[in-house]
Amino acid sequence: MTKFDYTIKDPIGIHARPAGNLAKLAKSFADAVVTLTKGDMTVKASQLMKVMSMGIKCGDQITVGVEGGDEAGVADAVRKFFEENL
Amino acid sequence: MIQLQGKGVSKGVTSGPVYFFRRSDATVTKVENADPAAEKARLAEAQEKSIEQLNRLADKCREEAGEEAAVLFETHAMFVEDEDYVECIMDTMESEGCNAEFAVQTAGEQFAAMFAAMEDAYMRARAADIRDVTTRILNNLMGVIEGGIDSEVPVVLAADDLAPSETLQLDKSKILGFMTQGGSGNSHTAILARTMGIPAICGLGEQLQPAMEGSVAYVDGETGTVTLDPDEPTLAAFEAKRKKQQEMKLLMQTMKGQQDVTLDGREMMVYCNIGSPDDLSAVLNNDGRGIGLFRSEFLYLKASDFPTEDAQFEAYKAVAAGMKGKRVVIRTLDIGADKQVAYFDMKKEENPALGVRAIRICLNRPEIFRTQLRALYRASAFGKVAIMFPMITSVWEVRECKRFCAEVMAELDREGIAYNPKTEIGIMIETPASIFVADALAKEVDFFSVGTNDLTQYTLACDRQANDLGRFFDPHHPAVLRALKIATDAAHAAGIWIGICGELGADLSLLETFLAIGIDELSVSPSSVLPLRAAIRKSTARTCTLEKLDC
Repeated sequence: MTKFDYTIKDPIGIHARPAGNLAKLAKSFADAVVTLTKGDMTVKASQLMKVMSMGIKCGDQITVGVEGGDEAGVADAVRKFFEENL
Repeated sequence: MIQLQGKGVSKGVTSGPVYFFRRSDATVTKVENADPAAEKARLAEAQEKSIEQLNRLADKCREEAGEEAAVLFETHAMFVEDEDYVECIMDTMESEGCNAEFAVQTAGEQFAAMFAAMEDAYMRARAADIRDVTTRILNNLMGVIEGGIDSEVPVVLAADDLAPSETLQLDKSKILGFMTQGGSGNSHTAILARTMGIPAICGLGEQLQPAMEGSVAYVDGETGTVTLDPDEPTLAAFEAKRKKQQEMKLLMQTMKGQQDVTLDGREMMVYCNIGSPDDLSAVLNNDGRGIGLFRSEFLYLKASDFPTEDAQFEAYKAVAAGMKGKRVVIRTLDIGADKQVAYFDMKKEENPALGVRAIRICLNRPEIFRTQLRALYRASAFGKVAIMFPMITSVWEVRECKRFCAEVMAELDREGIAYNPKTEIGIMIETPASIFVADALAKEVDFFSVGTNDLTQYTLACDRQANDLGRFFDPHHPAVLRALKIATDAAHAAGIWIGICGELGADLSLLETFLAIGIDELSVSPSSVLPLRAAIRKSTARTCTLEKLDC
């Protein structure tokens, strides 16, 4: 499992639009599973409603995990997504 | 002649045949011992159809109502396929052996409840989206054809209330206006009607009856009146208003994007007064150059307890960010006098207009003030926020306000929370005292904004709520206009700007006087921006005189 931490910079936090795009991105990796962890709660990035229901706000630190497939490559792509959108 | 009275929520006048929105109210019933494979296939088909419809809606919306609304429908399309939502539907079908309809409805309720229970206001509002998506899948499952308008000619659309997706999938070329039994100024119908520039009246209640279908309705979205079968004078007045509206529309089109500058090159800042973040679209549609007065009271008046720092922050941020770097003047809490809020637990006053109101409440109850200032400074990181204090009479009050600001900034520094340390601070000029010491006040702040209603009330000793004062309550009184001149001279001597955010700002008969006095900014309701701009562009500041200040 490859992991990285990220602090949300978007003023509204992970709201509907980026959550939707993140879910789309996560689903595009055939054999890798992307997870988000905040506190003691972990969900798959592809679980749109669950991700939104975590209520991740601006300034919150989350941990992104990638399991399986080209872990480093997928982690880079996801990190890029966060930096550009959140 | 029949007249119905509701609440006008989107301006404009129109007339046309009444058409009642037809919504299938097919109720979901639970069928047991359903064939799971067949139900799954039906579900898949309904999902596919829903996604297709939503993507089409998003495209349509992108053209008509803008990117933000389009994204809403794209997100809805993703909800349709959401892993957990679909899994919940599947689980229900399998464990209960029931039909797809029942399973979809169950999942929809469960997920809507999950969002409804969240702390964040934005997320709580998403419960409505889940319900909307659920209804769409159900409609597709049950083969319900959603409410298009089955009419050859454009209609005035009547309904109990409309959901966002219902409003948008309508063929706009067939709709002249909306009238609904329920709803409010903040409902989706009202907001979209305003965005689309169609008149809308809500809250008509039971007066609005299906039997009216086909009759010609005369709708006035400003007054909230619907007239059927008007008598001659009513009809003539209506037609006159319609003619004026058409002239205004032409004027509006030519004024958008134009500078607010007189023929001889004097610039005036034309800003808007708003009461909640919902008014932002009107500001943008009318090309307001900034917000000169954002009344923060709505947060307090709507709530049943003190609004939290986060709730306030969200509202201020939405407006600051929405104005994209244009100035947004937010006035701190201005209750008391005519605006009472139960949970403030205020003592009954003999003379509330002269009592504990506005800044006096804030200075007496620091915890309320500090919460609001923290929210305001946090929002300052997202746009050009300016903070304005109401009901100032003394220099010490301003200094005390500034001390609170400094404390809040220090707190935010310690907590590592972003804000703009250069946030402008201004005061309302609305008491005679503030006029007499305007020179001293001007040295303390970045701007003045004149509240003409209160300034008139206090200068002329006339209760603005009393109906029978009539001719004594005169905002054109030379005393009021001279007060404006004194404040303006003091502001300019100190190198700061001065605006008017009271109703008088939109009074075109005083525009020349304002130019002669040297007012720098006029903040008016969004719909007054373009007419005001047109008047400014026809004026010559150099030749304006102070004759109205003479007695």
